[in-house]
Amino acid sequence: MEKKVKKSKVAFRLLKYVFTTYKIQFFIVFIAIVISALANVMGIQFIQRLIDEYIVPLMGNQNPDFSSLLQAILSMGVIYIIGVLATYIYNRLMINISQGILNKIRTQMFDHMQTLPIGYFDSHSHGEVMSTYTNDVDALRECLSQSIPQVFSAIVTMITVLISMFTTNIYLTLVVIAMVIVMTFVSRYLGGNSSRYFVKQQEDLGKVNGYIEEMMGGQKVVKVFCYEEESKKRFDELNENLCNSTTSANTYANILMPCILNIGNLGYVLVAVIGGILSINGILSIGNIAAFLQYVKAFTNPLGQVSQQMNFIVMALAGAERIFQLIDEKPEEDEGYVTLVNAKMEDGKIVESKERTGLWAWKHPHHDGRITYARLRGKMTFEDVVFGYTPKKIVLHNISLEAKEGQKISFVGATGAGKTTITNLINRFYDIQSGKIRYDGINIQKIKKADLRRSLGMVLQDTSLFTGTIRDNIRYSRPEASDEEVVAAAKLANADNFIKHLPKGYDTIINGSGEGLSQGQRQLLSIARAALDNAPVLILDEATSSIDTRTEKIVQDGMDKLMKGRTVFVIAHRLSTIRNSDLIMVLDQGRIIERGNHNELMAKKGMYYGLYTGAIEIE
Amino acid sequence: MIKKLAKYIKDCKKDAILTPIFVILEVVMEVVIPYLMAKIIDVGIQNSDVKYIIEIGAFLILSAIFSLVFGMLSGRFAAKASAGYARNLRKAMFDKVQTYAFENIDKFSTSSLITRMTTDVTNVQMAFQMIIRILVRAPIMLIFALIMSFTISTKLACIFLVAIPVLGFLLIFIAKKAHPHFETVFKKYDELNRVVQENLSGIRVVKAYAKEELEKKKFKEVNDKVYQFFKKAQKVVAFNSPVMQLTIYTCILLISWIGAQTIVGGQMQTGQLSSIITYAYQILMSLMMLSMVFVMVIISQSSTERIIEVLEENPAIKNKENTVKEVKDGSISFENVSFCYSDEKDKDKFALRNINLEIKAGETVGIIGGTGSSKSTLVQLIPRLYEATKGKVKVGGIDVKDYDLNVLRDSVSMVLQKNVLFSGTISENLRWGNQDADDEELEKVCKLAQADDFIKQFPAKYETILDQGGTNVSGGQKQRICIARALLKKPKILILDDSTSAVDTKTDALIRRAFREEIPNTTKIIIAQRITSIEDADKIIVLDEGKIDGIGTSEELLKTNKIYKEVYESQMKGEEEDGKESEKIESSI
Repeated sequence: MEKKVKKSKVAFRLLKYVFTTYKIQFFIVFIAIVISALANVMGIQFIQRLIDEYIVPLMGNQNPDFSSLLQAILSMGVIYIIGVLATYIYNRLMINISQGILNKIRTQMFDHMQTLPIGYFDSHSHGEVMSTYTNDVDALRECLSQSIPQVFSAIVTMITVLISMFTTNIYLTLVVIAMVIVMTFVSRYLGGNSSRYFVKQQEDLGKVNGYIEEMMGGQKVVKVFCYEEESKKRFDELNENLCNSTTSANTYANILMPCILNIGNLGYVLVAVIGGILSINGILSIGNIAAFLQYVKAFTNPLGQVSQQMNFIVMALAGAERIFQLIDEKPEEDEGYVTLVNAKMEDGKIVESKERTGLWAWKHPHHDGRITYARLRGKMTFEDVVFGYTPKKIVLHNISLEAKEGQKISFVGATGAGKTTITNLINRFYDIQSGKIRYDGINIQKIKKADLRRSLGMVLQDTSLFTGTIRDNIRYSRPEASDEEVVAAAKLANADNFIKHLPKGYDTIINGSGEGLSQGQRQLLSIARAALDNAPVLILDEATSSIDTRTEKIVQDGMDKLMKGRTVFVIAHRLSTIRNSDLIMVLDQGRIIERGNHNELMAKKGMYYGLYTGAIEIE
Repeated sequence: MIKKLAKYIKDCKKDAILTPIFVILEVVMEVVIPYLMAKIIDVGIQNSDVKYIIEIGAFLILSAIFSLVFGMLSGRFAAKASAGYARNLRKAMFDKVQTYAFENIDKFSTSSLITRMTTDVTNVQMAFQMIIRILVRAPIMLIFALIMSFTISTKLACIFLVAIPVLGFLLIFIAKKAHPHFETVFKKYDELNRVVQENLSGIRVVKAYAKEELEKKKFKEVNDKVYQFFKKAQKVVAFNSPVMQLTIYTCILLISWIGAQTIVGGQMQTGQLSSIITYAYQILMSLMMLSMVFVMVIISQSSTERIIEVLEENPAIKNKENTVKEVKDGSISFENVSFCYSDEKDKDKFALRNINLEIKAGETVGIIGGTGSSKSTLVQLIPRLYEATKGKVKVGGIDVKDYDLNVLRDSVSMVLQKNVLFSGTISENLRWGNQDADDEELEKVCKLAQADDFIKQFPAKYETILDQGGTNVSGGQKQRICIARALLKKPKILILDDSTSAVDTKTDALIRRAFREEIPNTTKIIIAQRITSIEDADKIIVLDEGKIDGIGTSEELLKTNKIYKEVYESQMKGEEEDGKESEKIESSI
């Protein structure tokens, strides 16, 4: 029951899209469909009138006068032409409406997706979200451009036919209604089974897809272990299940139409027999029966169409539900009002500047309308920060730390100790539960998220590239950067060397997964990107983990240049790269258990010492 | 092209043949029914002959029942045939991919293989069902209805002879006109999906650089393109229904005009007039259906091509005839081996150049070199995952090309750099190495790989379920499970391609010691970034840009090889200052 309410709510919301944006167009579509359907029904009536009024009177006439017939046919022709025009109009307008709505919905989905917190992407698989953009939107398109006009037109036709039936004969109409009830039951039964198996089919398809995904991803391992036969066996099993559920789903869907049509045929016979009896008793004229029989046919056909469209509509509604779920997802909160601006010094005072000056300032509007500027320095403090991805499971306990301007702060610890989590709190990918994080003394909650993040350069372990040229990818962090700046950044990251060796150098097109580039090369690009960004604070999360030690040494020089004068947070598993940190935090299960510089920590002979000497496993 | 895919109908042949047969029978009934209906009006009702009505009515009911049964059967067989066909196609592709060499896998990306086996197969399945149902139904319906209308009135039937080609031409014209637009739409669609996909995987970068607006703009652009082209394509298709209606209506009016005169002239009856109009609908509807199938087949064409590509791909590496079934020992030799990846257009771009190498059975060999120095490529030639472009790779004194592939790969066990654990229990994953291994054997190899301890700490021990990709164990643990899995094969040659990078140095040393003591006859090749992992090897190979820069023991290389010395010093410098203790730990084990 609840589900039904939900479905109707989804349908209602969908209609709202139509009515709000395309009110007039949709109204025209409505009128056009009615006109088109009426023209069709009038055509049926015309055949009857043709027989009763024009043919039968002329029968047996030696010199029949066809002029009135010609007139009738010509006027019918006019009606038909109007009908055809109406059909074209609603088909044409429905394209505007359906494509327009889809365009709007997709934009809404994507724009909204950009506002969602990182947590959303953690808890939803990419495949799941992708499928909303593709399968669900497709289902919606089918429904909007095909099903809705068809069903609508069918309903108009059926209503007009039904009215004509009633005016012709009530008893026979009752017979037809009884027939419709039977049809409804049958199509409900078949439709129900069909959609049940369609759901099952989707599940089985998901399993097959999942298996294919896993096996194709691990195909090289399969080869190495000669595991081909085994993997085939399991695949066959899943494939067979999918085949079975597809067969069942399609069977029910396929037999629906013949069932409806033939029940219609049975109804036809019934009407003919009863009508025949009635006509013998003089209750009904022959022309009327003939007309009625035409009505029966005119009534069953659209009914068959509607029953076929039902599957599509159900699928579209299910899709729309998922689409709305995405659109309704709670966005990232951003109540920040402190913004980051380019600044310059004038008479020892900081003033806002339009151009990029290399000097940044926090613009701080106050309640009383005053605006103050504070220079961006890169000081970061954590005060008793507590965080958990869910309130119940705390992963960081009472973290306090202070990073002074220009310091290099490193986090070490086992996988799951909370290193990456800390850096994700700095840029507010996640929000803390209690405590405070201050950036140059400003609570980061007060800073506008986009500006906060703009001030932080990030190099992540998983480098994400976007389809486009190498140049565009480096420039991602600062689209307005000149070509020279891009090359300079690439040189700094030691990426220039391998880029130059690519067939088209900086203009080589790479795709999103960076195929053709090694993991190490991708990391170099990602470092170049951060170098170009030139942000005052840097976060390096395993930035050089896939670069071999020799290259790393070369990159390290660039990195040192990059880090100079900036506050840097580093997570690295090769401890040799963080030895020169100003402050090293050793994390264990969400707590800082040791802190100090390399020498201090080595002297302590604690966890860091163990990690450094290799006695404790780092991952 | 259709022929190429037709052979995968296989066991569905029966269903695939029965479907059109029942479709034809169903069509016959559908044509007979209006004929009987006409009789009821013309004879029964006209003469108020209830008996006749009931008689013909009984026939009609019988026909309806037959029509129903045939319709259901054809629906059932069509469903069976198309689902079965899709299953066969998927299986054929999956099986084919299993025969692929690394080279073939590289050629198709993983994601493209997945789409080909899922979306493309679904498209072809739909087209197939359409073909066996509608492609048979529509022409038969057209012909039967045409014959029936000829039996009623030749004059009226002639109208159809004009209408059919006209409508047929118009529909094909529309479909042809729309097709290129649809092609563009699909391309734009791919682009749209790509943007979404990249945003999903790169969301952290997008957010970190606060580039949401840029992404929105990017998406809006491609989204608007989709909108624009889709509208263009559909605008053309929007002519379909009006053109169809126009033809039907014209036919009806012509039939009415000519029919009325014929009836008045006494050559026809009124009931026949309505039958012929029904036939008009049936004939023209069939044409409409045909054009729909036409469009459908065109749309599925690119899917078909993509499927065929997978099925026709030649495995780059195949068994020879009369293969050698046993690997004698774990000795390896490279004789003037060069290698270049086949997709490299520039044939001079060799990944490996003139490699000459002798490795004795039981030796431990370390390989070191920078990113892109082709370390992995070198070792992948040994189990013939790739084929040497020039020169010979020999295992046990025999060219690897002469071995049976399974025999060779069972003897040469390799732990890949990008290793994968599969969803399932740890023991299931381990048994990839040997299906029949018993629990003791599992435990033994895990002890060797230093994995037994941590596995036993899991509540479910060896039955712990791993998530896809093994995300619920740490990197170091994953690597050790992978090593154990490789050991279970009892290989003659064991290759570790940077497989202990996440393992701590102490465990790393323990693993190496276990290798030395427990499997002394197995040749061990270790690629590593960490000097300590290979320092004690019998032989160290320094690779640089696909060439051997030096071979020797650590001591020798320190004296003679610049690269090795550099790497050594960069890694050992820190440790020597305050890492004396680490040596103590190493030596204490």
